[in-house]
Amino acid sequence: MSAVTTQPDVSSQAIAHARWRAGEVAFWIAVLACGFLFPSRYLIMTDIVRLGLFALSLDLILGYAGIVSLGHAAFFGVGAYCAGLLALHGIITEPVIALVAAGLAAMVLGFLTSFLVIRGVDLTRLMVTLGIALLLEALAERFSDITGGTDGLQGIEIAPILGRFEFDMFGRTGFFYALAVTFLLFLLARRIVHSPFGLSLRAIKNNPLRAAAIGIPVNRRLVAVYTLAAFYAGIAGALFTQTTALASLDVFSFERSADLLLVLIIGGTGYLYGGLIGAVIFRMLQEVFSTLTPQYWQFWIGLVLVVIVLIGRQRLHRWVLWAPNLLIAQFGGRREAVAVPESDAP
Amino acid sequence: MTSVLTNLFDGVAYGMLLFVLACGLAVTLGLMNFVNLAHGAFAMAGGYVCAVLVNRAGWPFFAALPLAFIASAAIGAVLERLLYRHLYARSHLDQVLFSIGLVFMSVAAVDYIMGSSRVFIQLPQALEGQFDVFGVGIGRYRLMIVVICGMLTLALQWVLARTRFGSRLRAAVDDPRVASGLGINVPQVFAFTFAFGCGLAGLGGALSAEILGLDPYFPLKFMIYFLIVVTVGGSSSITGPFLASLLLGIGDVAGKYYVPKMGPFVIYTIMIVILIWRPNGLFGRTAAR
Amino acid sequence: MTVALETTGLEKHFGGLRVTRDLSLRIAQGARHALIGPNGAGKTTVINLLTGVLKPDAGRILLEGRDITDLPVHRRVLRGLSRTFQINQLYADLTPLETIGLAVSERLGRGGDWWRGMGTRGDVNAEIADNLSRFHLLDVMNQPTATLAYGKQRLLEIAVAIACKPRVLLLDEPAAGVPENERRDILSAVASLPRDVTVLLIEHDMDLVFSFADRISVLVNGGLLVEGAPQDVARDPQVKAVYLGEAADA
Repeated sequence: MSAVTTQPDVSSQAIAHARWRAGEVAFWIAVLACGFLFPSRYLIMTDIVRLGLFALSLDLILGYAGIVSLGHAAFFGVGAYCAGLLALHGIITEPVIALVAAGLAAMVLGFLTSFLVIRGVDLTRLMVTLGIALLLEALAERFSDITGGTDGLQGIEIAPILGRFEFDMFGRTGFFYALAVTFLLFLLARRIVHSPFGLSLRAIKNNPLRAAAIGIPVNRRLVAVYTLAAFYAGIAGALFTQTTALASLDVFSFERSADLLLVLIIGGTGYLYGGLIGAVIFRMLQEVFSTLTPQYWQFWIGLVLVVIVLIGRQRLHRWVLWAPNLLIAQFGGRREAVAVPESDAP
Repeated sequence: MTSVLTNLFDGVAYGMLLFVLACGLAVTLGLMNFVNLAHGAFAMAGGYVCAVLVNRAGWPFFAALPLAFIASAAIGAVLERLLYRHLYARSHLDQVLFSIGLVFMSVAAVDYIMGSSRVFIQLPQALEGQFDVFGVGIGRYRLMIVVICGMLTLALQWVLARTRFGSRLRAAVDDPRVASGLGINVPQVFAFTFAFGCGLAGLGGALSAEILGLDPYFPLKFMIYFLIVVTVGGSSSITGPFLASLLLGIGDVAGKYYVPKMGPFVIYTIMIVILIWRPNGLFGRTAAR
Repeated sequence: MTVALETTGLEKHFGGLRVTRDLSLRIAQGARHALIGPNGAGKTTVINLLTGVLKPDAGRILLEGRDITDLPVHRRVLRGLSRTFQINQLYADLTPLETIGLAVSERLGRGGDWWRGMGTRGDVNAEIADNLSRFHLLDVMNQPTATLAYGKQRLLEIAVAIACKPRVLLLDEPAAGVPENERRDILSAVASLPRDVTVLLIEHDMDLVFSFADRISVLVNGGLLVEGAPQDVARDPQVKAVYLGEAADA
């Protein structure tokens, strides 16, 4: 082995990228601060945090592995109903344990369906992911004696977290609970993304042919990340039910999956913060549109989608993020992050 | 036994309707590799045009049908030139996002303009009720659908196989680059075909008001059906989607009749089984386009 | 002679087109074997069959005596079979460092590691550094691959294949499209490959073939026309006919 002192430095860039940037720390501190600065807005802030987590789960498969899913709400819904049923029937009353259980249920579904999703081409994936979500929605409706049908589960009561923190009317406990869960899961995702596994996902997305040709077991990696994303989405769904005490058919809805795509597109894919930032902007947009035309705000959402695509995500990000670009470089920590977070590989 | 035949007939009618609705999408995908999830919106447009003409302006049903076709084709042509054209080279994700955006816009717009309840088109007397053929109930409306769609399918097949346009289209679907190298104006072929496909969808939409139900959520409700037809049937021929539509139609009707508790799940089961067996669809090509 | 790579009766059809006909190759351990033939002879198809990108319709493939015909692509790589692509297949957004790093991690069995960060394993780092310096890629190691000059990309293509520490290396036209001034690096990289690695080279550049190969197989219309030492092949009348276009239905 050659003398260590003369070996070229190959590790510093990677290690530097994995290190927490000042901007990232500032971001999380700001989020936490919101919890203290806006005590009257807990409900909507919790909503944003949950949406951010849900979007993060989609980013794992869309931004890192390149899988386009039209039915990610399937896992959200499974998590939501699981948490609701566990609480309603008193099977598992401690919320954190129920949360994990719900996540695991979604994870199992993710694992089972992953084999269908990784086969075939883009079109097949769209169809399969959409089909699975629709199938679950139909199942939930069919077994309405268990799921409560269109009205959903009634009378869910969530016990205090860890036996100590009660869910209050203002949503304060809910907010910090959701934030804590999201932050922990974010840490895990961040770790994974900066590992060899995470890099192999990016390689698979960039060039699956080359990935296989260097010995990457492509299918196995995709199954793994899809399953993980399902777990995250299930947790997001369980959080939803636990913080709102609601679970009805719309947890599976196509609109939910589609809105999620918009969230990620707004925020940018492939650098983990896109889901969180996109969630904030999306909710703000939703507020604006709802005041404009209360019943038909989906029209404006559709318009935003069309406009974003026509302008081009990359060009749009360049314009909009011209000033905050420096901040993005802080969050993303990637060379390309200064320009645009995601790549537009067809 | 007679109920089997009735169901078979109903399934065939349903299938042929699905085919007319979805074949435009198949060609769009096969020709330009463009995933147009908003295809159902064109169907809906045609359906509503027909409904307004018949219900409010008093047009006869059979006169309004061609107008449904024309209206949707016109909308398709305009949108293709203004919007779709710019997105052919984009990633599938972009195309999906774009078409979902169009769906949302069309659903909300129609909801706003026409209201959210189901629309029924006043049918002429001749189409109500059913014939009794050796004990088998043949619904008149469904018979009309079979006839119209059958004729359309034959006409499409004839155009593809016997006309110059048809051979240009087949060449362009097979390999757009080579085709344009041979002097075929691929963008023009596509613009025309796209508009025609939208027109067919519009006609299908008008026909389906009675059977599938027409309301502002039509594009969302039937998106999965169109996707299944195109994925299972492949996009490189007419026969593939045709057979896939029949399979889907018969399967759906049979499922709802024989296993009513699990009826709606039959199509999902079909979809999953076929995917496990043939990941690229029953008739699709193996090469990813 | 130990056989490193062997095929028996390999067949591949695309519809009615018989692209590979009853191909039986035997490549000796440590050989510098070249596969040549006119355009459309099916040379890249052979590589795709050997690596598992395509499934043969008939025949077997043996790597160091073990049957790999049914193994998926990535398993063959882990068994020691590596390739370069005729048209660069690289990761546009990844850097050479990341590209090589991935190959090394996978080979060392650390590719699935989702906990340890990239760059924290000394053994992996050492191999990456060694590979990058051998292929003169140290100066560009942190730039996205898409921004590199074509010659550097081609070097990276070969470097990645080597990073897998293959027993058998398949090079598909390594010097194709490379500008004159960057060719030398490619050629010397190919020439400096360790002797215990068996190399199968597809090339059109006859100078490269004759300076590099100790054995040549000529492929025409998917079938083997002639095989032997370079001088013999060069003198063979059938080969001349094929290359100079005299009517000959092989």
